[in-house]
Amino acid sequence: MSKLKIQNLTAGYGDFQALFGIDLELNAKETVAIIGSNGAGKSTFMRSIAGLLKNTPDAVQFKGENIGDLPANKVVEKGIALVPEGRRLFPSLSVEENLLMGAYSKRKGPWNLNRIYELFPILKEKRNNPGTALSGGQQQMVAIGRALMSNPELLLCDEISLGLAPTTVKDIYKAFPAIQEDGTTVLVVEQDINQAMAVSDRIYCFQEGRVSLEGKPGEVSKDDIKAAYFGM
Amino acid sequence: MDWVNTIVQGVLLGGLYAMFATGLSLMFGIMRLVNIAHGDFIVLASYLALVVVTSLGLSPLISLVIVVPLMFVIGYVLQRYLLNKTLGDDILPPLLVTFGMSIILQNVLLEVFSADSQKLSAGALDIASITVSDQLSVGVMPLIVFISGVAIVGGLQFLFYKTELGRAFRATSDDQDTARLMGVNNSHIFALAMAIAMAVVAIAGVFLAMRTNFDPTVGPARLLYGFEAVIIGGLGSLWGTLAGGIILGVAQAVGAQIDPGWQIMTGHIVFLVILIFRPRGLFPRSVD
Amino acid sequence: MNTQMKTEQFSVVRNTTTSRGAAVVTAMILIALISVPFWAGRADLRMIIEFAYYLSLAQMWNLLAGYAGLVSIGQQAFVGLGGYMLFVLAIYFNVPPIMAVFLSGLIVALFAIPTALTVFRLRGAYFAIGTWVVAEVYRLGFAQVTTLGGGSGQSLPASIVREIGSGRSEREMIIYFTALFIAVASIGLVYWLLRSKHGLSLTAIRDSEAASDSLGVDIFKTKLAVYVISAGITGVVGALIFLQKLRISPDAAFNLQDWTAAVIFIVVIGGIGTIEGPIIGTLIYFILRGVLADYGSVYMIVLGVVAVVMMLKAPQGVWGFLSKKYDLHLFPVHRRLKAKDELE
Repeated sequence: MSKLKIQNLTAGYGDFQALFGIDLELNAKETVAIIGSNGAGKSTFMRSIAGLLKNTPDAVQFKGENIGDLPANKVVEKGIALVPEGRRLFPSLSVEENLLMGAYSKRKGPWNLNRIYELFPILKEKRNNPGTALSGGQQQMVAIGRALMSNPELLLCDEISLGLAPTTVKDIYKAFPAIQEDGTTVLVVEQDINQAMAVSDRIYCFQEGRVSLEGKPGEVSKDDIKAAYFGM
Repeated sequence: MDWVNTIVQGVLLGGLYAMFATGLSLMFGIMRLVNIAHGDFIVLASYLALVVVTSLGLSPLISLVIVVPLMFVIGYVLQRYLLNKTLGDDILPPLLVTFGMSIILQNVLLEVFSADSQKLSAGALDIASITVSDQLSVGVMPLIVFISGVAIVGGLQFLFYKTELGRAFRATSDDQDTARLMGVNNSHIFALAMAIAMAVVAIAGVFLAMRTNFDPTVGPARLLYGFEAVIIGGLGSLWGTLAGGIILGVAQAVGAQIDPGWQIMTGHIVFLVILIFRPRGLFPRSVD
Repeated sequence: MNTQMKTEQFSVVRNTTTSRGAAVVTAMILIALISVPFWAGRADLRMIIEFAYYLSLAQMWNLLAGYAGLVSIGQQAFVGLGGYMLFVLAIYFNVPPIMAVFLSGLIVALFAIPTALTVFRLRGAYFAIGTWVVAEVYRLGFAQVTTLGGGSGQSLPASIVREIGSGRSEREMIIYFTALFIAVASIGLVYWLLRSKHGLSLTAIRDSEAASDSLGVDIFKTKLAVYVISAGITGVVGALIFLQKLRISPDAAFNLQDWTAAVIFIVVIGGIGTIEGPIIGTLIYFILRGVLADYGSVYMIVLGVVAVVMMLKAPQGVWGFLSKKYDLHLFPVHRRLKAKDELE
């Protein structure tokens, strides 16, 4: 049974339409990556699932339940957590307070402060610093940790490698096996195609608000991706 | 020494002004809302206490048990179902809606309670005082008010920085969308913030009614005192707000000592001077 | 070549058919108003005078809040100052009263400069409360000046009253025409300001301070100019108000409800950010006040409730609603793009 089923999802801001009828399915314990160029609608898609943009109820089905019209604070209670683009740490909160905010929904599960500190030991050291005083990579670890603190069944990661040095990106993706081990389903948006291929079971490519390609990393050719990515 | 006495009285008065100010500070800090009707809500609380005291025959201090929860609920409902709709990038809607509420409240109080001046008597407490020395005696009532003011600031400080609710307040103030992603219901959080602000307003209103005469028109001046205390202290700092209240109280007491007609004026002038030379206040929060 | 053809098919216009019709109607109303003192009763005259000064106050508040984004709740400072300056000039400097009305405005404008330099340190809603503090300082200050009657105020001496005009009806006619002139002039001024290049910078500032700053609009200067101009005219109106009332006291002169609250409600109900809005709002204010005349302060409650509901449900006000629905523009200040063949 599918964990997440997206049916004919459309979204936009005011008069501007960003997504035109997206269909997508995620199976339990799967890791799926969405690739696509800037402006393809990837972030809008993630924000829609997380409830920051409203939809028709059946556009987003999670474990068979229609949640497309739920506000973000209800969506997280259902078990979906978003690591937002740009990390969006709370500047007036310390690292630890940022992490604790993640547990605001009080969902039960394997994650707690200690496990986050095991996953990212550097955060324990810096736990009393203001979140925004950290390096970009460390901030990204806080953002991921904060999302995990809600014990999600589905983790949405939006552009977590954006603006980070390659070695830092590697460090962050090192945490993924531990996350997947718990049976968490993961959906990542990634501009780095190689990174996306490496981490995921399946990929989708978005182009101008539509799905232009779907497949398994080993089965899609470079040319397919080029065509789907750039529309060439 | 007369001046020592004046300054002590001013400091005690400042405790009341800090109470006026913390509600404002709280609302601005969390939802960037400046409630122009703040002073009129203080007076509303004074009248609610008056009604409770006269109809139930309770002592003014005991009336807090009823007035505080009542104002808490009023604050919650007001924010959740009215003021939340005015929040956004445009400052005009919240400003004009609360300004309208201020004028409405003043005139409704005038229609219901007339323009007659009122006061709540706490009986023996009114005149009780502690003699410190020959020249200096401290009224018990002003002392209770001052201690309550400090306790409220301390309590809010604790709530803000040591509790889960306080963390949610700060997070929502930082970034509403991301707070929502954590499971925070922003309209509920804002309504709670207003409810807490109104609970403080209730305490301030009851103490105001016990300390001085009041009538339906005294609200705006209370808003101004609270506002001045916030700006003098520096935005975003609760202890700064307490200091601002005390500075304002001392300024007024010193002014009154020179000439009773100059009490309020001196406070305003001290505020304007600080605004000109230290526009960020005396104790601004370093991050902001 | 092709694109040039296309651009030639459009032109920028501001006048519309309705605005030209409105100009004719305005002229007719003006002629009618000029004839009023020759046939109407004293009560009517007095009401039109009051209408004229509320309209002027509303235009000035709207210029501040609706166009420059400066939401002041301390305009009573300038009404009161204007009133007091009139008394000072007429009593102590023997300035003829009507001349003193206008001279008062000039002095008030001068007072507005240091006031602005202080309150401009506050932003948004805090600016609003700051202006209120300043008004309180003026009120408390004048209450301390014993030569001007202190807290209880004073009346204009009879000798000065006679200087306005020898008889009562002559005086009222002179005040009437002065009021009418001020009202027309303040509408004219706002209209002219908005059609000039300053109008564009004002709108730019209101819509986005950051953007207009980067485009080289001197925000501070523009805001200061608007604040001082509107204070000056508000001062003229204040002087006129107390010339008509013949008596001044700090509480009456610096009254928040009379000179600012009512004015804000007028603009909000009529339609903020339009020239037509304050006119409609003033009409509604006088109708409401007339209907509820027997119920004390109830009209202020009703007015406040209407303004609050308006702000929540129809923030563009009555005029905003009407002009959108029927595409009406009586005072065309916006530049509108029209296809050539739509033009006559």
